[in-house]
Amino acid sequence: MAVAEAAPELLSPAEIDRAFRDPFSPSKRTRATSWILLLAVLTAFPLVFTNPAVTSIGVFTMFFLLAVVGWNIFSGYSGYISIGHAVYYGFGQYTVALLIMHLGITSGVSELAIVPLAGLAGAVVAVPVGLLVLRVRRHTFIVLTIAVMFIFQLLAFNFSSITGGSTGLNVSPPPWSGNDYNLPFYYIALGTAAIGLLTSWAVRRSKFGLGLLAIRDDEDRAKGLGIKVTRTKLIALVLSAFFVGIAGGLYAIFIGQVFPQFAFTPFYDLYLAVFAFVGGLGTLSGPVFGALLLGPLQQYFELQFGATTLYLIIYGVLFVVILLALPRGIVPSLADRYRSFLAGRWRRAEERRGVAGSGVTAGSMIASAPGAAPAERGGS
Amino acid sequence: MSLIEIQEIAKTYGGIHALAGCTLSFEEGHISGLIGPNGSGKTTLFNVLTGYEQPDSGSVHFDGDEITRLSPDKVFDRGIGRTFQLTRIFPRMNVVENLHVAAQRSGGFRSELSRWSSASERARAKEVLDFVGLTRLASEMAGNLSYGQQKLLEFGCIIIARPRVILLDEPAGGINPTLLRHLASRIRALNDEGITFVVVEHDMEFVMGLCHKVCVMHQGRTLCSGHPDVVRQDPLVLEAYLGTDMRETDLTRSGAH
Repeated sequence: MAVAEAAPELLSPAEIDRAFRDPFSPSKRTRATSWILLLAVLTAFPLVFTNPAVTSIGVFTMFFLLAVVGWNIFSGYSGYISIGHAVYYGFGQYTVALLIMHLGITSGVSELAIVPLAGLAGAVVAVPVGLLVLRVRRHTFIVLTIAVMFIFQLLAFNFSSITGGSTGLNVSPPPWSGNDYNLPFYYIALGTAAIGLLTSWAVRRSKFGLGLLAIRDDEDRAKGLGIKVTRTKLIALVLSAFFVGIAGGLYAIFIGQVFPQFAFTPFYDLYLAVFAFVGGLGTLSGPVFGALLLGPLQQYFELQFGATTLYLIIYGVLFVVILLALPRGIVPSLADRYRSFLAGRWRRAEERRGVAGSGVTAGSMIASAPGAAPAERGGS
Repeated sequence: MSLIEIQEIAKTYGGIHALAGCTLSFEEGHISGLIGPNGSGKTTLFNVLTGYEQPDSGSVHFDGDEITRLSPDKVFDRGIGRTFQLTRIFPRMNVVENLHVAAQRSGGFRSELSRWSSASERARAKEVLDFVGLTRLASEMAGNLSYGQQKLLEFGCIIIARPRVILLDEPAGGINPTLLRHLASRIRALNDEGITFVVVEHDMEFVMGLCHKVCVMHQGRTLCSGHPDVVRQDPLVLEAYLGTDMRETDLTRSGAH
């Protein structure tokens, strides 16, 4: 079926690029450069700030970064806000702890070498959990994910022959000290986060990822356009659980202990959701900004005021302030403002050149200036 | 045999018989109109046809195969696309992304891992955008488009997938006359290429001018069907639409298009 009326003129890819290009979004080169710069800064950070107290905040931030990027692959893109990712986090922790204990692993390097198994464990457990919770949507989904997470916490408390119950499990920490202790964790988490980000990027540009976004906007419509919604959601959840499971595995070795109430904790889920929300849900860079800004803050508050949980109130207030100022999160809100700034400048330049109204023809009833559609809403 | 055969479809919601043994068929290559008063079951029929609703009884055959109770994605894979009375696009995705959602999804999971904006698919999207006249809005968020533009986009989302049949639910609702003429010309152009259309519409001028055949539904059943000129004169139709006392009203005069 050749859709064009006349013989379709064959356009070169470059011409199509030009037709589709968003005139107000940064170029590919700018984006790539920013990512490389960010990676360089994060790589250099613990080498510049060598104080172990600072680098351990860095380690926790990288753990968060990794997990939030993973969380976003499912919840951000699909719009299914999971407050139950601690299931995969906890599963990762217990997997690593039990393997180290039962296999009698002692060297730090081999301990870190089994961390991918924590990711696999998270991914595997995401299949049955996903088949259960993905039957419902929106608020019911959120509540159900929390419920499932608490079920796992109860299981961890009560299967004490395996999990050690409330006394938890000990993981003998790698025999390193000071910054030598922190740095491997920091770089492994950073590297995995980078892989997570690449995965997120690959998802975003694949048909699979486009299906996830369509599910976020209108799941029934997406299904009516041929998207296999259940399969798509489940695969995204499994991918997402993999990265959160790795975060759990690293955390367990870093801390050296695993407890039910800290492995399967609602706070962890709230952090992930809040970080992603503040940064910008369902964007590639949003979760990165969220984790890098709020991760250290969370650590600082917990270290300073951890004895009381009052710091959670400060945290809550901060969250509210950010959401009031930038309701869709930092990245989308700022991008919107930047776009309307550029669009306004473009429009003023057009007016100065005297191309007022950009020429009203029959065709312009259904087209309008690039990026200026909202202003011309009344047009048709 | 007709392309779509609907046999004795019944569907109740609580005490309401939305469809009460509806039987009708749509011919391949036609633009068929489906008219009837509000609540006569037109949209429910579309929902049953496309798998959004499960009928209580009856069957739907498409090209000889039974498609009753298939899920919406499977119906779409068979080659039946539809639009909605209240336009449904993906508001937080841009126009091009909207188009790509439906494009070429039949290749199994492996194909889903490929880039959605590959060169050939972008060329295809460009073609569709030119066809519906939205090329200049390609990178705009779909939610920012005007209502009429969203209708055109929804239409584009269907045609990019090259279905055999397109079901349009009130395409003219809330669209200005210029845009409506544009839409009608697009429908005719696609029909000339062999795509079958079924159009639910209240705008009589639009339906009568566009369709090869019109079916009238009333209270969940088909009242009559035939050439627009015949249907327009049918006393049963006038009665259903307007009540018995108002036979000499708009419906008879709205022929010319």
